[in-house]
Amino acid sequence: MNIPFYKYGLFGDDVSLVVAFVIGIGFGFFLERAGFGNARKLAAQFYFNDMTVFKVMFTAIITAMIGIYYLSVLGWMDLSLVYLNPTYIVPQTIGGLILGIGFVIGGYCPGTSCVSAVTGKIDGMIYLLGIIFGIFIFGEIFPLISNFYNSTPMGQITLPQLLNITYGVLVFAVVMMAIGGFAVAEWVEKKLGNKIMEP
Amino acid sequence: MSSKQNEIQHFQKPYWNPYLSGIGLGFVLLLSYVIMGRGLGASGAFSTLVATSINAITPEHARTNEFYSEYISDTSKSPLKDWLVFEVLGVFTGGFISGALANRIKKTIEKGPNISIRSRLIYAFIGGSIMGIGAKLARGCTSGQALTGGAVLNVGSWAFMLAVFGGAYMIAYFFRRQWK
Repeated sequence: MNIPFYKYGLFGDDVSLVVAFVIGIGFGFFLERAGFGNARKLAAQFYFNDMTVFKVMFTAIITAMIGIYYLSVLGWMDLSLVYLNPTYIVPQTIGGLILGIGFVIGGYCPGTSCVSAVTGKIDGMIYLLGIIFGIFIFGEIFPLISNFYNSTPMGQITLPQLLNITYGVLVFAVVMMAIGGFAVAEWVEKKLGNKIMEP
Repeated sequence: MSSKQNEIQHFQKPYWNPYLSGIGLGFVLLLSYVIMGRGLGASGAFSTLVATSINAITPEHARTNEFYSEYISDTSKSPLKDWLVFEVLGVFTGGFISGALANRIKKTIEKGPNISIRSRLIYAFIGGSIMGIGAKLARGCTSGQALTGGAVLNVGSWAFMLAVFGGAYMIAYFFRRQWK
């Protein structure tokens, strides 16, 4: 098997846009199913009342991670053809902190705000306008911060490479940590739970 | 149709079990990697939108700015003919389909009981702006970094993800009035 298909030239750029649209439909569908069109449900994660954000995110990560791992072990998928965002450790960590603050203040992240807006939430629509404004601000100040933006480059690097652990062992460790995390999340919800089940 | 049936039809269905939604989301992400060799994204589409708009208004300004110019460098096609732009159009569509099937399409404002609508909307705009800046500084958002990079054990993505939770928990207490 020649996975990823696109990288082996199975189809061209025009078809890739159709693929993008279809994959996006799946993405938006499951975000909405999980309740991520609802800012109260998303924000409840940060008050330990509803741990759905953590559970959905890590279930998704380990599902895809295990799939990719087995496809590459079987020799069906060439991991070197998979796009890996290069790491710039300090600006990415600071960016993450800023993004987390925006998450609590606004109640969404970019993907979830799309789902929120399209299901009729006014706060989601306003949030989307905020994102666009924020990106505009970032663009305008970019010349002033481009040095910081490009600082501490580490190249394309994965945790197995950084920690010098084999890929499979790290996959296993992440799965174990996630399962431990799920157990803690269930326990926290029993103690502090105030789950938001419905819109 | 009797009124009871009517009531049932308009009943908003509960959200799915988080692990089930997570597996679904994980398979979509896996499919994206298998077909395209890349993961998901969201904020990148809005960057393209902003850069394209700036380019339409003041082309000179857009071309000399390193951030905007990256999104409009390929002049052989419209910058909006972009993978992430089409993917995000799909996100809107998929969200609508799921919401419609569960009777969850409703004009409303999500907020805690102790905050006014006006304050909530101001917070939404400010939060969105902060998110936009953070996502660009981090070269991606919860989709493009945390999910996408998380699944391929990307170092920067994992650092980013820990920082997102760290930043959010750090300030959650101060904004509790908005949600509680």
